[in-house]
Amino acid sequence: MTPSKSPADSVPESPARGTLRGAPSRHVRRWKERGILSLLNGAALFSVFITLAILWVLGAETSNFFAQEEVTVGEFFGTAQWNPLLGAEKHFGIWSLVCGTFLVAGVALLVAVPLGLVTAIYLSEYAHPRVRAILKPSLEVLAGIPTVVYGFFALTLITPALKSFSDGFGSFNALASGIAVGILILPIITSLSEDALRAVPQSLRDGAFGLGATRFDTSFKVVFPAALSGITSAVLLAAARAIGETMIVALAAGSTPKVTMDVRDEIQTMTGFMVQMALGDVSNYGVEYYSMYAVAAMLFVLTLAFTLIGSWIRKRYREVYD
Amino acid sequence: MSSPKKPALLSDKKLMAERRVPLAKRHRKDRLFRFGCQVIASMSAGILAVLLIAIVFEGVGALNANFLSGAPDPDPSKAGMFPAIMGSLWLLVLTMLVALPLGVAAAIVLEEFRPKQKILRRVHAFIQLNITNLSGVPSVVFGILGLTVFVSMFGLFGNERDPLLETGATYVDQFYNQGDFIIEVPIDDPLAPETIPVSGMTVYTHDGVAMELNLLGDDDEWPEEESLAKRSLYSWDLPGRNKERNWWYFRLPFGRGVLAGALTLMLVILPIIIISSQEALRAVPSSLRQASLGLGATPWQTVRRVTLPAAFPGILTGAIIAMSRAIGEAAPLLMIAGIVFITRAPSNLMDDFTAMPLQIYNWAGRPQQEFHDLAASGIIVLLTALLLFNAIAVFLRQKLQKPLS
Repeated sequence: MTPSKSPADSVPESPARGTLRGAPSRHVRRWKERGILSLLNGAALFSVFITLAILWVLGAETSNFFAQEEVTVGEFFGTAQWNPLLGAEKHFGIWSLVCGTFLVAGVALLVAVPLGLVTAIYLSEYAHPRVRAILKPSLEVLAGIPTVVYGFFALTLITPALKSFSDGFGSFNALASGIAVGILILPIITSLSEDALRAVPQSLRDGAFGLGATRFDTSFKVVFPAALSGITSAVLLAAARAIGETMIVALAAGSTPKVTMDVRDEIQTMTGFMVQMALGDVSNYGVEYYSMYAVAAMLFVLTLAFTLIGSWIRKRYREVYD
Repeated sequence: MSSPKKPALLSDKKLMAERRVPLAKRHRKDRLFRFGCQVIASMSAGILAVLLIAIVFEGVGALNANFLSGAPDPDPSKAGMFPAIMGSLWLLVLTMLVALPLGVAAAIVLEEFRPKQKILRRVHAFIQLNITNLSGVPSVVFGILGLTVFVSMFGLFGNERDPLLETGATYVDQFYNQGDFIIEVPIDDPLAPETIPVSGMTVYTHDGVAMELNLLGDDDEWPEEESLAKRSLYSWDLPGRNKERNWWYFRLPFGRGVLAGALTLMLVILPIIIISSQEALRAVPSSLRQASLGLGATPWQTVRRVTLPAAFPGILTGAIIAMSRAIGEAAPLLMIAGIVFITRAPSNLMDDFTAMPLQIYNWAGRPQQEFHDLAASGIIVLLTALLLFNAIAVFLRQKLQKPLS
């Protein structure tokens, strides 16, 4: 018997020696354990791999785009005319798409931020538990509705309603899609802000009430400022979501890229352009095809910036109470 | 107030007097705000009600058995969404098969195997940050990624029409004879020359029934008897080569098939599954783990026999929420599959597909009111499926959740 063997190996009949009868030896078990752990680690690293793949694909194809002779970096970032598909002369100025995106996202935030914040304050500071029990689930249901449904809603309900107010609205317009995107991000703003408001300790509220403040004073002068970092990050996350929203704008915003502040106009967003490219049969190698990747890269950078700033603000400016 | 705003110090009597707001006024403001809140907050429930009522009103007319079992049709009164329902089902099953094990495994590493070394802790924190950021990436970007990685595989394996690797396809030479019957001859090598009919050779019907070929000369009459006509060919009949795909048909690159769509959806919902599984694991009290470790179980045994079963209801709920996200997601699928006219369910992993949200998008984007009604009917089907998922999630949460501490 060599000393390297464990006692359990040498006397397998004896259950008292550290391992159960029939169970694998400690040696085997340890290797099995290591194998499983490395599999699990592989699964965790897969998410990093996804990020790297996004960066690689977007980076490589975007550099392919700029390598084409029809396009220059200066034109892409410096001009605002975007017509890669039609016309004798193709133009690649990203700003008209960015402008359309921000117009829709801006309308969405104008709709969703006031409504969402007021709802959040109401839910966290005012609402009776029974009211909460109705409102919270209905917000969750709103959050779970597929975006294509909101797109249909914008196209067939909001746009006709807007048209009946004013003749200036086109069949596709920025306002209807903005409102629909606003409804889409409303639950995000509400639930994240409510979490931030509820995280403010009760002792602060009690202190304010003790000083004679009304519920309104407490909410706006004590609780809201204390939760401001969380609320800001909620708004930024919602903005990132609004910028990346695709189906609503593909259905209801139109496909005419232009720089405008007129919400009655037909516009095109970055995501809308990508859908247009995916639907049309463009060859796999032309400059139009690569332009889709350049737009995707721009979209990725913008949303990532919003997400990162949001989480940075939440960490950096969080008020910590004990 | 003209003076610059300063904090109203209790010692500054004059400023205090200036800033004082009567209590009655403050209470009025409070009541007013509460009322405003109630109005605004009920708006979210109102929006939901308007949305559902409008859609039911518009869509319930076209909702019938044919709508569920029929195929898309240029005539809106005959159109159905069976291929879309089956496509969504395929996508859902494939997506969950890949995403659930991957997501739960990643969550286990992040929650249960926290390293002690400083540098590995950094790696963990980085992975965690990375997952948070991935959950914020627009789904259309995942669509672009899927288009490059899964559909064309960077162009490394040729293209869809001429794939580098292909199994599960059988080639047949197909004859249409004078009596409009189909006669097939299986081919081993897709590059072989066309089959020349020889009398007595074994041929097959389209359904795969073997029979003996009856070759007719130039002067022979076409046989009257159907059993003979079925297997008769003139010597000058020419075949066309067909590719028939078995259910195990597989190729690299994947092309615009169900598998590419499902893997892309997997990218979209993976962060959701990881984050919700992490929350479920975190909710398991650590006393359970410590008891297990104290009894001599290894870390993995603890996870497998104690932590994971305890977290199972939470993980399941998260998985169902991720499923309802996957079934409603349209943008990445649009990048992968586009809008194609498909009248049957997918039959293999590489088959073209459509899905419920794609079909709804297709119908909603048309100008005619009839198609909008169809889209509304499709939305009713989709929302019913979602409602079912959510009901199952709530049911499971209540049925399986046991108090753990």
